[in-house]
Amino acid sequence: MSSPPALHLDAVRKTYRSGDEEVVALDHATLDVGRDELIALVGPSGSGKTTLLSVAGALLEPTEGTVEVGGTDVTALSDKERTAFRGREIGFVFQAVNLVPFLTARENLLIVAEMNGGLDSAAKKRADTLLDELGLGHRMGNQPGELSGGERQRVAIARALMNEPRLVLFDEPTSALDTELGEQVMDLIRREVKGRGVGGIMVTHDTRMTHHADRTIEIIDGKLQHPARSVR
Amino acid sequence: MRLAVRELLRRPGRFGVVGGALTVLVLLLLFLGGLLDGLYLNSTGAVRTLDADAIVFSDDARQSFLRSEITAELRDRIERIDGVDAVGGLGFALLGVQIPGETETSDAAVTGYELASDELPDPPAPGEAHADRQLADAGAAVGDEVLVGPAEVPLTIVGFVDDTNYLQQGGLWVEPGTWRDVLAQNRPDAVVPDDSFQALVVRVSDGADAEAVAASIDEATGSTDTLSETETISAIPGITEQNATFTAVIGVTVFVAGLVVALFFALLTLERLGLYAVLKAFGGSSRTLVAGVVVQSVVVTVVAFAVGAALTFALVQIVPSGIPLQLEAARALSTFFSVTVAAVIGALVSLRRIIKIDPASAIGAGA
Repeated sequence: MSSPPALHLDAVRKTYRSGDEEVVALDHATLDVGRDELIALVGPSGSGKTTLLSVAGALLEPTEGTVEVGGTDVTALSDKERTAFRGREIGFVFQAVNLVPFLTARENLLIVAEMNGGLDSAAKKRADTLLDELGLGHRMGNQPGELSGGERQRVAIARALMNEPRLVLFDEPTSALDTELGEQVMDLIRREVKGRGVGGIMVTHDTRMTHHADRTIEIIDGKLQHPARSVR
Repeated sequence: MRLAVRELLRRPGRFGVVGGALTVLVLLLLFLGGLLDGLYLNSTGAVRTLDADAIVFSDDARQSFLRSEITAELRDRIERIDGVDAVGGLGFALLGVQIPGETETSDAAVTGYELASDELPDPPAPGEAHADRQLADAGAAVGDEVLVGPAEVPLTIVGFVDDTNYLQQGGLWVEPGTWRDVLAQNRPDAVVPDDSFQALVVRVSDGADAEAVAASIDEATGSTDTLSETETISAIPGITEQNATFTAVIGVTVFVAGLVVALFFALLTLERLGLYAVLKAFGGSSRTLVAGVVVQSVVVTVVAFAVGAALTFALVQIVPSGIPLQLEAARALSTFFSVTVAAVIGALVSLRRIIKIDPASAIGAGA
Protein backbone atom coordinates (compact mmCIF):
# COMPACT_ATOMS: atom_id res chain seq x y z
CA MET A 1 0.00 0.00 0.00
CA SER A 2 1.45 3.37 -1.00
CA SER A 3 1.81 5.98 1.73
CA PRO A 4 -0.66 8.86 1.66
CA PRO A 5 0.40 12.19 0.11
CA ALA A 6 1.71 14.99 2.30
CA LEU A 7 -1.45 16.96 1.49
CA HIS A 8 -4.72 15.96 -0.08
CA LEU A 9 -7.37 18.60 -0.78
CA ASP A 10 -10.64 17.30 -2.11
CA ALA A 11 -13.24 19.77 -3.43
CA VAL A 12 -12.38 22.27 -0.73
CA ARG A 13 -14.59 25.30 -0.59
CA LYS A 14 -14.19 28.26 1.71
CA THR A 15 -16.65 31.11 1.82
CA TYR A 16 -16.91 34.25 3.92
CA ARG A 17 -19.82 36.53 4.57
CA SER A 18 -19.30 40.14 3.69
CA GLY A 19 -22.47 41.99 4.64
CA ASP A 20 -25.28 40.18 2.81
CA GLU A 21 -22.94 38.75 0.21
CA GLU A 22 -21.16 35.43 0.23
CA VAL A 23 -17.55 35.72 -0.91
CA VAL A 24 -16.02 32.53 -2.31
CA ALA A 25 -12.34 32.52 -1.36
CA LEU A 26 -11.67 28.94 -2.42
CA ASP A 27 -13.83 27.20 -4.97
CA HIS A 28 -13.76 23.41 -5.00
CA ALA A 29 -9.99 23.18 -4.84
CA THR A 30 -8.60 19.72 -5.36
CA LEU A 31 -4.89 19.13 -5.01
CA ASP A 32 -2.38 16.47 -3.97
CA VAL A 33 1.12 17.35 -2.79
CA GLY A 34 3.56 14.45 -2.75
CA ARG A 35 5.97 13.59 0.03
CA ASP A 36 8.99 15.20 -1.56
CA GLU A 37 7.22 17.63 -3.81
CA LEU A 38 7.50 21.41 -3.82
CA ILE A 39 4.62 23.32 -5.36
CA ALA A 40 4.67 27.00 -6.21
CA LEU A 41 1.32 28.68 -5.80
CA VAL A 42 0.96 31.90 -7.77
CA GLY A 43 -1.89 34.27 -8.47
CA PRO A 44 -2.94 37.87 -8.18
CA SER A 45 -3.70 39.51 -4.85
CA GLY A 46 -7.04 38.37 -3.45
CA SER A 47 -7.07 35.23 -5.58
CA GLY A 48 -7.20 32.87 -2.58
CA LYS A 49 -3.51 31.94 -2.08
CA THR A 50 -3.53 32.86 1.61
CA THR A 51 -6.83 31.04 2.17
CA LEU A 52 -5.50 27.90 0.51
CA LEU A 53 -2.32 28.03 2.61
CA SER A 54 -4.35 28.60 5.80
CA VAL A 55 -6.72 25.72 5.02
CA ALA A 56 -3.83 23.41 4.09
CA GLY A 57 -2.06 24.40 7.32
CA ALA A 58 -5.10 23.49 9.46
CA LEU A 59 -5.31 27.13 10.53
CA LEU A 60 -8.69 27.62 8.89
CA GLU A 61 -11.62 25.24 8.63
CA PRO A 62 -13.02 24.80 5.12
CA THR A 63 -16.73 25.39 4.51
CA GLU A 64 -16.89 22.18 2.46
CA GLY A 65 -14.53 19.45 1.34
CA THR A 66 -11.80 17.35 2.86
CA VAL A 67 -8.29 18.31 3.97
CA GLU A 68 -5.92 15.45 4.72
CA VAL A 69 -2.36 15.96 5.93
CA GLY A 70 -0.30 12.76 5.79
CA GLY A 71 -3.54 10.78 5.62
CA THR A 72 -5.20 12.45 8.62
CA ASP A 73 -8.48 14.25 7.97
CA VAL A 74 -7.86 17.51 9.83
CA THR A 75 -11.45 18.69 9.33
CA ALA A 76 -12.57 15.87 11.62
CA LEU A 77 -10.37 17.05 14.50
CA SER A 78 -11.51 19.24 17.42
CA ASP A 79 -9.92 22.69 17.84
CA LYS A 80 -7.59 21.36 20.51
CA GLU A 81 -6.63 18.28 18.49
CA ARG A 82 -6.07 20.41 15.43
CA THR A 83 -3.73 22.76 17.35
CA ALA A 84 -1.73 19.78 18.60
CA PHE A 85 -1.73 18.17 15.15
CA ARG A 86 -0.48 21.39 13.58
CA GLY A 87 2.35 21.57 16.10
CA ARG A 88 3.42 18.02 15.26
CA GLU A 89 2.81 17.66 11.55
CA ILE A 90 2.95 21.06 9.82
CA GLY A 91 5.75 23.59 9.52
CA PHE A 92 5.40 27.24 8.56
CA VAL A 93 7.76 29.82 7.15
CA PHE A 94 6.06 33.20 7.37
CA GLN A 95 6.58 36.19 5.14
CA ALA A 96 7.51 38.41 8.10
CA VAL A 97 9.89 35.65 9.34
CA ASN A 98 8.55 36.38 12.83
CA LEU A 99 11.36 34.96 14.89
CA VAL A 100 11.06 35.68 18.61
CA PRO A 101 13.39 38.68 18.90
CA PHE A 102 14.76 37.99 22.36
CA LEU A 103 15.56 34.31 21.78
CA THR A 104 18.72 32.96 20.18
CA ALA A 105 18.56 31.10 16.86
CA ARG A 106 18.71 27.80 18.75
CA GLU A 107 16.00 28.84 21.23
CA ASN A 108 13.78 29.93 18.34
CA LEU A 109 13.84 26.31 17.19
CA LEU A 110 13.37 24.89 20.68
CA ILE A 111 10.31 27.06 21.31
CA VAL A 112 8.44 24.93 18.75
CA ALA A 113 9.24 21.80 20.75
CA GLU A 114 8.40 23.60 23.98
CA MET A 115 5.01 24.78 22.71
CA ASN A 116 4.25 21.16 21.89
CA GLY A 117 5.44 19.86 25.24
CA GLY A 118 8.46 18.04 23.86
CA LEU A 119 11.49 20.01 25.00
CA ASP A 120 13.85 17.13 25.70
CA SER A 121 17.45 16.26 24.85
CA ALA A 122 16.35 14.78 21.50
CA ALA A 123 14.77 18.14 20.57
CA LYS A 124 17.94 19.98 21.55
CA LYS A 125 20.03 17.60 19.47
CA ARG A 126 17.69 18.04 16.52
CA ALA A 127 17.87 21.84 16.79
CA ASP A 128 21.67 21.70 16.79
CA THR A 129 21.71 19.31 13.81
CA LEU A 130 19.26 21.43 11.82
CA LEU A 131 21.21 24.62 12.43
CA ASP A 132 24.45 22.87 11.49
CA GLU A 133 22.91 21.52 8.30
CA LEU A 134 21.59 24.93 7.36
CA GLY A 135 25.02 26.47 7.86
CA LEU A 136 24.09 28.26 11.07
CA GLY A 137 26.09 26.19 13.53
CA HIS A 138 28.26 29.17 14.41
CA ARG A 139 25.26 31.49 14.80
CA MET A 140 23.03 29.42 17.07
CA GLY A 141 23.74 31.63 20.10
CA ASN A 142 22.87 34.83 18.25
CA GLN A 143 19.57 36.65 18.54
CA PRO A 144 17.67 37.59 15.34
CA GLY A 145 18.82 41.20 15.57
CA GLU A 146 22.40 40.00 15.21
CA LEU A 147 21.66 37.92 12.09
CA SER A 148 21.52 38.96 8.43
CA GLY A 149 18.23 38.75 6.45
CA GLY A 150 19.32 35.50 4.80
CA GLU A 151 20.38 33.99 8.11
CA ARG A 152 17.08 34.91 9.68
CA GLN A 153 15.21 33.26 6.82
CA ARG A 154 17.33 30.13 7.24
CA VAL A 155 16.52 30.06 10.97
CA ALA A 156 12.82 30.36 10.05
CA ILE A 157 13.19 27.38 7.68
CA ALA A 158 14.99 25.37 10.35
CA ARG A 159 12.20 26.26 12.79
CA ALA A 160 9.60 25.00 10.28
CA LEU A 161 11.45 21.67 10.09
CA MET A 162 11.97 21.36 13.82
CA ASN A 163 9.12 18.96 14.60
CA GLU A 164 9.79 16.76 11.55
CA PRO A 165 6.59 17.84 9.79
CA ARG A 166 4.95 16.09 6.84
CA LEU A 167 4.05 19.37 5.21
CA VAL A 168 5.81 22.75 5.19
CA LEU A 169 4.07 25.91 4.03
CA PHE A 170 6.16 28.84 2.81
CA ASP A 171 4.50 32.25 2.65
CA GLU A 172 6.50 34.50 0.28
CA PRO A 173 9.83 33.14 1.54
CA THR A 174 11.96 35.35 -0.68
CA SER A 175 9.97 38.58 -0.71
CA ALA A 176 12.37 40.41 1.60
CA LEU A 177 15.55 39.08 -0.06
CA ASP A 178 17.55 40.20 -3.08
CA THR A 179 17.82 37.90 -6.09
CA GLU A 180 21.07 36.22 -5.07
CA LEU A 181 19.95 35.58 -1.52
CA GLY A 182 16.50 34.56 -2.80
CA GLU A 183 18.12 31.93 -5.05
CA GLN A 184 20.19 30.60 -2.16
CA VAL A 185 17.15 30.34 0.09
CA MET A 186 15.13 28.60 -2.67
CA ASP A 187 17.98 26.14 -3.23
CA LEU A 188 17.90 25.41 0.46
CA ILE A 189 14.11 25.00 0.53
CA ARG A 190 14.20 22.61 -2.41
CA ARG A 191 17.06 20.63 -0.91
CA GLU A 192 15.27 20.30 2.45
CA VAL A 193 11.95 19.30 0.89
CA LYS A 194 13.59 16.68 -1.29
CA GLY A 195 16.11 15.48 1.29
CA ARG A 196 13.61 15.11 4.13
CA GLY A 197 10.71 13.77 2.11
CA VAL A 198 8.24 16.45 3.13
CA GLY A 199 5.63 18.13 0.96
CA GLY A 200 5.96 21.86 0.43
CA ILE A 201 3.69 24.62 -0.84
CA MET A 202 5.25 27.98 -1.53
CA VAL A 203 3.13 31.03 -2.12
CA THR A 204 5.07 33.54 -4.16
CA HIS A 205 4.68 36.62 -6.29
CA ASP A 206 8.25 36.23 -7.46
CA THR A 207 8.14 34.45 -10.84
CA ARG A 208 11.96 34.26 -10.84
CA MET A 209 11.71 31.66 -8.08
CA THR A 210 9.04 29.36 -9.45
CA HIS A 211 11.54 27.28 -11.44
CA HIS A 212 12.71 25.79 -8.16
CA ALA A 213 9.30 24.14 -7.71
CA ASP A 214 8.24 20.80 -9.17
CA ARG A 215 4.99 22.34 -10.29
CA THR A 216 3.56 25.80 -10.47
CA ILE A 217 -0.15 26.13 -9.88
CA GLU A 218 -2.04 29.30 -10.52
CA ILE A 219 -5.06 30.32 -8.53
CA ILE A 220 -7.55 32.86 -9.82
CA ASP A 221 -10.76 33.85 -8.04
CA GLY A 222 -10.39 30.90 -5.70
CA LYS A 223 -10.10 28.32 -8.49
CA LEU A 224 -6.97 26.26 -9.05
CA GLN A 225 -6.10 26.55 -12.74
CA HIS A 226 -3.89 23.48 -13.06
CA PRO A 227 -4.93 20.99 -10.47
CA ALA A 228 -2.72 18.28 -11.96
CA ARG A 229 -1.88 15.32 -9.77
CA SER A 230 1.62 15.26 -8.52
CA VAL A 231 4.21 12.80 -9.71
CA ARG A 232 5.40 10.59 -6.84
CA MET B 1 6.67 29.96 30.72
CA ARG B 2 10.36 29.88 29.78
CA LEU B 3 9.60 32.33 27.01
CA ALA B 4 8.07 34.78 29.50
CA VAL B 5 10.98 34.50 31.91
CA ARG B 6 13.56 34.86 29.12
CA GLU B 7 11.88 38.02 27.90
CA LEU B 8 12.04 39.44 31.43
CA LEU B 9 15.71 38.58 31.74
CA ARG B 10 16.77 39.71 28.28
CA ARG B 11 14.50 42.69 27.79
CA PRO B 12 14.15 44.05 31.35
CA GLY B 13 13.91 47.57 29.96
CA ARG B 14 10.53 46.77 28.39
CA PHE B 15 9.11 46.24 31.86
CA GLY B 16 10.81 49.29 33.34
CA VAL B 17 7.81 51.59 33.01
CA VAL B 18 5.30 49.23 34.62
CA GLY B 19 7.90 48.13 37.21
CA GLY B 20 8.66 51.77 38.06
CA ALA B 21 4.98 52.68 38.35
CA LEU B 22 4.31 49.65 40.57
CA THR B 23 7.34 50.48 42.73
CA VAL B 24 5.99 53.98 43.36
CA LEU B 25 2.55 52.55 44.14
CA VAL B 26 4.05 49.98 46.53
CA LEU B 27 6.00 52.78 48.23
CA LEU B 28 2.78 54.80 48.53
CA LEU B 29 0.83 51.80 49.84
CA LEU B 30 3.46 50.88 52.44
CA PHE B 31 3.77 54.52 53.48
CA LEU B 32 0.00 54.94 53.82
CA GLY B 33 -0.25 51.59 55.61
CA GLY B 34 2.61 52.61 57.90
CA LEU B 35 0.86 55.87 58.74
CA LEU B 36 -2.41 54.09 59.41
CA ASP B 37 -0.72 51.52 61.62
CA GLY B 38 1.29 54.22 63.39
CA LEU B 39 -1.81 56.30 64.09
CA TYR B 40 -3.83 53.25 65.09
CA LEU B 41 -1.21 51.73 67.39
CA ASN B 42 -0.36 55.08 68.95
CA SER B 43 -4.02 55.75 69.71
CA THR B 44 -4.96 52.33 71.02
CA GLY B 45 -1.89 51.03 72.90
CA ALA B 46 -3.39 51.89 76.28
CA VAL B 47 -6.41 49.67 75.62
CA ARG B 48 -4.54 46.82 73.93
CA THR B 49 -2.00 46.59 76.75
CA LEU B 50 -4.68 45.89 79.36
CA ASP B 51 -5.37 42.26 78.30
CA ALA B 52 -9.03 42.99 79.03
CA ASP B 53 -11.78 40.53 78.13
CA ALA B 54 -14.30 43.33 78.67
CA ILE B 55 -14.27 46.99 79.66
CA VAL B 56 -17.15 48.45 81.63
CA PHE B 57 -18.34 52.04 81.04
CA SER B 58 -21.26 53.81 82.64
CA ASP B 59 -24.14 53.71 80.20
CA ASP B 60 -24.45 57.49 79.99
CA ALA B 61 -20.78 57.87 78.95
CA ARG B 62 -21.37 57.11 75.25
CA GLN B 63 -18.39 54.74 75.46
CA SER B 64 -15.91 57.47 76.42
CA PHE B 65 -13.43 56.98 79.27
CA LEU B 66 -13.43 60.70 80.09
CA ARG B 67 -17.24 60.85 80.44
CA SER B 68 -17.61 57.55 82.27
CA GLU B 69 -17.77 56.89 86.00
CA ILE B 70 -18.14 53.56 87.77
CA THR B 71 -18.82 53.69 91.51
CA ALA B 72 -17.45 51.32 94.15
CA GLU B 73 -20.96 49.94 94.68
CA LEU B 74 -21.28 49.03 91.00
CA ARG B 75 -17.85 47.44 91.05
CA ASP B 76 -18.82 45.34 94.02
CA ARG B 77 -21.85 43.97 92.11
CA ILE B 78 -19.79 43.27 89.02
CA GLU B 79 -17.15 41.36 90.97
CA ARG B 80 -19.83 38.93 92.19
CA ILE B 81 -21.11 38.03 88.74
CA ASP B 82 -20.48 34.46 87.55
CA GLY B 83 -17.58 34.21 85.14
CA VAL B 84 -15.85 37.38 86.36
CA ASP B 85 -12.34 36.45 87.45
CA ALA B 86 -10.67 39.80 88.07
CA VAL B 87 -11.73 43.44 88.03
CA GLY B 88 -9.41 46.45 87.96
CA GLY B 89 -10.12 50.18 87.98
CA LEU B 90 -8.99 52.38 85.13
CA GLY B 91 -8.85 56.13 84.58
CA PHE B 92 -7.17 58.58 82.23
CA ALA B 93 -6.03 62.19 82.45
CA LEU B 94 -4.68 63.80 79.28
CA LEU B 95 -2.15 66.45 80.24
CA GLY B 96 1.12 68.10 79.29
CA VAL B 97 4.30 66.87 80.94
CA GLN B 98 7.61 68.64 81.45
CA ILE B 99 10.66 66.44 81.12
CA PRO B 100 13.77 67.75 82.91
CA GLY B 101 16.23 69.30 80.46
CA GLU B 102 13.61 69.57 77.67
CA THR B 103 12.21 72.94 76.65
CA GLU B 104 9.08 71.58 74.98
CA THR B 105 6.20 70.12 76.91
CA SER B 106 5.26 66.59 75.84
CA ASP B 107 1.75 65.14 75.73
CA ALA B 108 1.01 62.42 78.23
CA ALA B 109 -1.88 60.18 79.18
CA VAL B 110 -1.64 59.70 82.95
CA THR B 111 -3.38 56.38 83.49
CA GLY B 112 -4.39 55.03 86.84
CA TYR B 113 -4.68 51.22 86.86
CA GLU B 114 -4.82 48.24 89.15
CA LEU B 115 -4.32 45.07 87.07
CA ALA B 116 -0.93 44.16 85.67
CA SER B 117 -0.80 42.49 82.24
CA ASP B 118 1.80 40.73 80.12
CA GLU B 119 3.15 44.11 78.99
CA LEU B 120 2.31 46.15 82.05
CA PRO B 121 3.99 45.56 85.45
CA ASP B 122 2.13 45.95 88.75
CA PRO B 123 1.27 49.57 89.56
CA PRO B 124 4.26 51.45 90.97
CA ALA B 125 4.40 53.17 94.36
CA PRO B 126 2.53 56.48 94.86
CA GLY B 127 4.26 59.34 93.03
CA GLU B 128 5.98 56.98 90.60
CA ALA B 129 5.18 56.04 87.00
CA HIS B 130 5.98 53.49 84.31
CA ALA B 131 6.44 55.66 81.22
CA ASP B 132 5.83 54.75 77.61
CA ARG B 133 8.94 54.53 75.39
CA GLN B 134 7.62 57.57 73.47
CA LEU B 135 8.53 59.71 76.47
CA ALA B 136 12.03 58.21 76.45
CA ASP B 137 12.29 59.34 72.81
CA ALA B 138 11.17 62.79 74.03
CA GLY B 139 14.11 62.85 76.46
CA ALA B 140 12.88 61.18 79.65
CA ALA B 141 15.06 58.70 81.53
CA VAL B 142 14.56 56.33 84.46
CA GLY B 143 14.89 58.33 87.68
CA ASP B 144 13.71 61.58 86.08
CA GLU B 145 11.11 63.57 87.94
CA VAL B 146 8.62 64.82 85.38
CA LEU B 147 6.08 67.55 86.15
CA VAL B 148 2.52 66.82 85.09
CA GLY B 149 -0.03 69.43 84.01
CA PRO B 150 -0.34 73.10 84.91
CA ALA B 151 -0.16 72.16 88.62
CA GLU B 152 3.24 70.51 87.94
CA VAL B 153 2.54 67.36 89.94
CA PRO B 154 5.87 65.51 90.21
CA LEU B 155 6.10 61.87 89.07
CA THR B 156 9.28 59.81 89.17
CA ILE B 157 9.84 57.52 86.22
CA VAL B 158 10.78 54.04 87.45
CA GLY B 159 10.77 52.16 84.14
CA PHE B 160 9.60 52.12 80.54
CA VAL B 161 6.86 50.15 78.80
CA ASP B 162 6.19 49.75 75.07
CA ASP B 163 3.12 50.44 72.97
CA THR B 164 0.89 51.86 75.72
CA ASN B 165 -0.11 55.28 74.31
CA TYR B 166 -3.59 56.72 74.26
CA LEU B 167 -4.67 59.14 71.48
CA GLN B 168 -1.03 59.73 70.44
CA GLN B 169 -0.13 60.73 74.02
CA GLY B 170 2.69 58.99 75.88
CA GLY B 171 1.39 56.73 78.63
CA LEU B 172 2.36 57.44 82.25
CA TRP B 173 1.05 54.47 84.21
CA VAL B 174 0.43 55.15 87.90
CA GLU B 175 -1.43 53.64 90.86
CA PRO B 176 -5.03 54.90 91.30
CA GLY B 177 -4.26 57.29 94.20
CA THR B 178 -1.61 59.10 92.16
CA TRP B 179 -4.02 59.38 89.19
CA ARG B 180 -6.70 60.87 91.46
CA ASP B 181 -4.15 63.31 92.85
CA VAL B 182 -3.04 64.38 89.34
CA LEU B 183 -6.70 64.90 88.36
CA ALA B 184 -7.57 66.79 91.56
CA GLN B 185 -4.71 69.23 91.12
CA ASN B 186 -4.97 69.76 87.36
CA ARG B 187 -8.57 69.00 86.42
CA PRO B 188 -10.72 69.59 89.49
CA ASP B 189 -13.82 69.50 87.26
CA ALA B 190 -13.04 65.92 86.20
CA VAL B 191 -12.30 64.45 89.61
CA VAL B 192 -14.09 61.19 90.42
CA PRO B 193 -14.89 60.28 94.03
CA ASP B 194 -12.48 58.05 95.97
CA ASP B 195 -13.01 54.36 95.11
CA SER B 196 -14.70 55.33 91.82
CA PHE B 197 -13.03 54.89 88.44
CA GLN B 198 -13.81 55.98 84.91
CA ALA B 199 -14.02 52.37 83.73
CA LEU B 200 -13.32 48.82 84.85
CA VAL B 201 -11.10 46.22 83.24
CA VAL B 202 -12.70 42.78 83.49
CA ARG B 203 -10.99 39.43 82.98
CA VAL B 204 -13.24 36.41 82.79
CA SER B 205 -12.61 32.97 84.34
CA ASP B 206 -11.05 30.23 82.23
CA GLY B 207 -13.64 28.78 79.89
CA ALA B 208 -16.16 31.61 80.43
CA ASP B 209 -17.60 33.34 77.38
CA ALA B 210 -16.52 36.99 77.50
CA GLU B 211 -19.50 38.15 75.46
CA ALA B 212 -21.96 36.37 77.76
CA VAL B 213 -20.23 37.76 80.86
CA ALA B 214 -20.41 41.28 79.39
CA ALA B 215 -24.14 40.84 78.81
CA SER B 216 -24.57 39.56 82.39
CA ILE B 217 -22.76 42.61 83.76
CA ASP B 218 -25.02 45.06 81.91
CA GLU B 219 -28.10 43.10 82.92
CA ALA B 220 -27.07 42.93 86.58
CA THR B 221 -26.16 46.60 86.93
CA GLY B 222 -28.73 48.13 84.63
CA SER B 223 -26.50 51.17 84.28
CA THR B 224 -23.36 49.99 82.47
CA ASP B 225 -22.25 49.54 78.89
CA THR B 226 -19.73 46.70 78.69
CA LEU B 227 -17.57 46.45 75.56
CA SER B 228 -15.02 44.00 74.25
CA GLU B 229 -11.46 45.20 73.63
CA THR B 230 -12.21 45.58 69.88
CA GLU B 231 -15.37 47.56 70.56
CA THR B 232 -13.53 49.78 73.03
CA ILE B 233 -10.86 50.50 70.42
CA SER B 234 -13.50 51.33 67.81
CA ALA B 235 -15.09 53.71 70.31
CA ILE B 236 -11.86 55.71 70.73
CA PRO B 237 -12.54 59.10 69.12
CA GLY B 238 -11.60 59.18 65.42
CA ILE B 239 -10.39 55.57 65.14
CA THR B 240 -13.25 54.27 62.96
CA GLU B 241 -13.19 57.34 60.70
CA GLN B 242 -9.40 57.19 60.44
CA ASN B 243 -9.45 53.49 59.51
CA ALA B 244 -12.21 53.97 56.96
CA THR B 245 -10.42 56.91 55.31
CA PHE B 246 -7.07 55.17 55.05
CA THR B 247 -8.63 51.90 53.92
CA ALA B 248 -10.46 53.73 51.14
CA VAL B 249 -7.26 55.47 49.97
CA ILE B 250 -5.34 52.18 50.13
CA GLY B 251 -8.12 50.39 48.22
CA VAL B 252 -8.10 52.98 45.46
CA THR B 253 -4.30 52.76 45.22
CA VAL B 254 -4.45 48.94 44.88
CA PHE B 255 -7.08 49.39 42.17
CA VAL B 256 -4.77 51.83 40.37
CA ALA B 257 -1.95 49.25 40.59
CA GLY B 258 -4.21 46.69 38.90
CA LEU B 259 -5.19 49.25 36.29
CA VAL B 260 -1.54 50.07 35.52
CA VAL B 261 -0.73 46.38 35.03
CA ALA B 262 -3.87 45.83 32.93
CA LEU B 263 -3.04 48.76 30.68
CA PHE B 264 0.59 47.75 30.28
CA PHE B 265 -0.12 44.14 29.35
CA ALA B 266 -3.02 45.15 27.11
CA LEU B 267 -0.58 47.34 25.15
CA LEU B 268 2.09 44.65 25.22
CA THR B 269 -0.44 42.12 23.90
CA LEU B 270 -1.37 44.46 21.05
CA GLU B 271 2.31 44.69 20.20
CA ARG B 272 2.65 40.91 20.36
CA LEU B 273 -0.38 39.99 18.22
CA GLY B 274 1.87 38.84 15.35
CA LEU B 275 4.17 36.87 17.62
CA TYR B 276 1.29 35.19 19.43
CA ALA B 277 -0.33 34.25 16.09
CA VAL B 278 2.94 32.59 15.01
CA LEU B 279 3.30 30.74 18.32
CA LYS B 280 -0.30 29.54 18.02
CA ALA B 281 0.38 28.39 14.45
CA PHE B 282 3.26 26.31 15.81
CA GLY B 283 0.94 24.60 18.28
CA GLY B 284 1.10 27.02 21.23
CA SER B 285 -2.11 27.12 23.26
CA SER B 286 -3.83 30.27 24.54
CA ARG B 287 -3.35 28.84 28.02
CA THR B 288 0.44 28.76 27.63
CA LEU B 289 0.48 32.33 26.30
CA VAL B 290 -1.80 33.67 29.05
CA ALA B 291 0.26 31.84 31.69
CA GLY B 292 3.33 33.64 30.33
CA VAL B 293 1.64 37.03 30.77
CA VAL B 294 0.57 36.15 34.32
CA VAL B 295 4.08 34.98 35.20
CA GLN B 296 5.50 38.25 33.89
CA SER B 297 3.01 40.32 35.88
CA VAL B 298 3.83 38.40 39.08
CA VAL B 299 7.61 38.68 38.58
CA VAL B 300 7.34 42.41 37.86
CA THR B 301 5.18 42.82 40.99
CA VAL B 302 7.60 40.86 43.19
CA VAL B 303 10.57 42.96 41.99
CA ALA B 304 8.57 46.21 42.33
CA PHE B 305 7.53 45.19 45.83
CA ALA B 306 11.12 44.41 46.87
CA VAL B 307 12.38 47.76 45.55
CA GLY B 308 9.35 49.65 46.92
CA ALA B 309 9.77 48.05 50.35
CA ALA B 310 13.49 48.91 50.41
CA LEU B 311 12.70 52.51 49.46
CA THR B 312 10.00 52.70 52.14
CA PHE B 313 12.44 51.37 54.71
CA ALA B 314 14.98 54.03 53.68
CA LEU B 315 12.29 56.70 53.81
CA VAL B 316 11.25 55.68 57.33
CA GLN B 317 14.79 56.39 58.53
CA ILE B 318 14.57 60.02 57.47
CA VAL B 319 10.95 60.73 58.43
CA PRO B 320 10.79 63.10 61.46
CA SER B 321 9.98 61.24 64.69
CA GLY B 322 6.79 63.29 65.16
CA ILE B 323 5.14 61.42 62.26
CA PRO B 324 3.63 58.22 63.64
CA LEU B 325 4.92 55.91 60.90
CA GLN B 326 5.03 52.25 61.88
CA LEU B 327 6.11 49.48 59.46
CA GLU B 328 4.39 46.23 60.38
CA ALA B 329 5.16 42.83 58.83
CA ALA B 330 1.43 42.06 58.57
CA ARG B 331 0.88 45.29 56.63
CA ALA B 332 3.77 44.46 54.26
CA LEU B 333 2.32 40.98 53.69
CA SER B 334 -1.21 42.25 53.03
CA THR B 335 0.17 44.93 50.68
CA PHE B 336 2.19 42.32 48.80
CA PHE B 337 -0.81 40.01 48.56
CA SER B 338 -3.25 42.70 47.41
CA VAL B 339 -0.87 44.20 44.83
CA THR B 340 -0.04 40.75 43.45
CA VAL B 341 -3.71 39.81 43.18
CA ALA B 342 -4.46 43.17 41.51
CA ALA B 343 -1.58 42.59 39.06
CA VAL B 344 -2.74 39.07 38.17
CA ILE B 345 -6.30 40.30 37.63
CA GLY B 346 -4.88 43.19 35.58
CA ALA B 347 -2.84 40.79 33.45
CA LEU B 348 -5.89 38.59 32.92
CA VAL B 349 -7.66 41.53 31.27
CA SER B 350 -5.65 40.54 28.18
CA LEU B 351 -7.00 36.97 28.38
CA ARG B 352 -9.88 37.55 25.96
CA ARG B 353 -7.73 39.26 23.40
CA ILE B 354 -5.12 36.48 23.52
CA ILE B 355 -7.77 33.76 23.18
CA LYS B 356 -9.24 35.60 20.18
CA ILE B 357 -5.93 35.78 18.29
CA ASP B 358 -6.36 33.74 15.14
CA PRO B 359 -3.25 31.76 14.20
CA ALA B 360 -4.35 32.08 10.55
CA SER B 361 -3.52 35.79 10.81
CA ALA B 362 0.18 34.81 10.77
CA ILE B 363 -0.24 33.83 7.11
CA GLY B 364 -0.26 36.64 4.62
CA ALA B 365 1.02 39.17 7.15
CA GLY B 366 3.64 41.17 5.31
CA ALA B 367 7.00 42.14 6.71
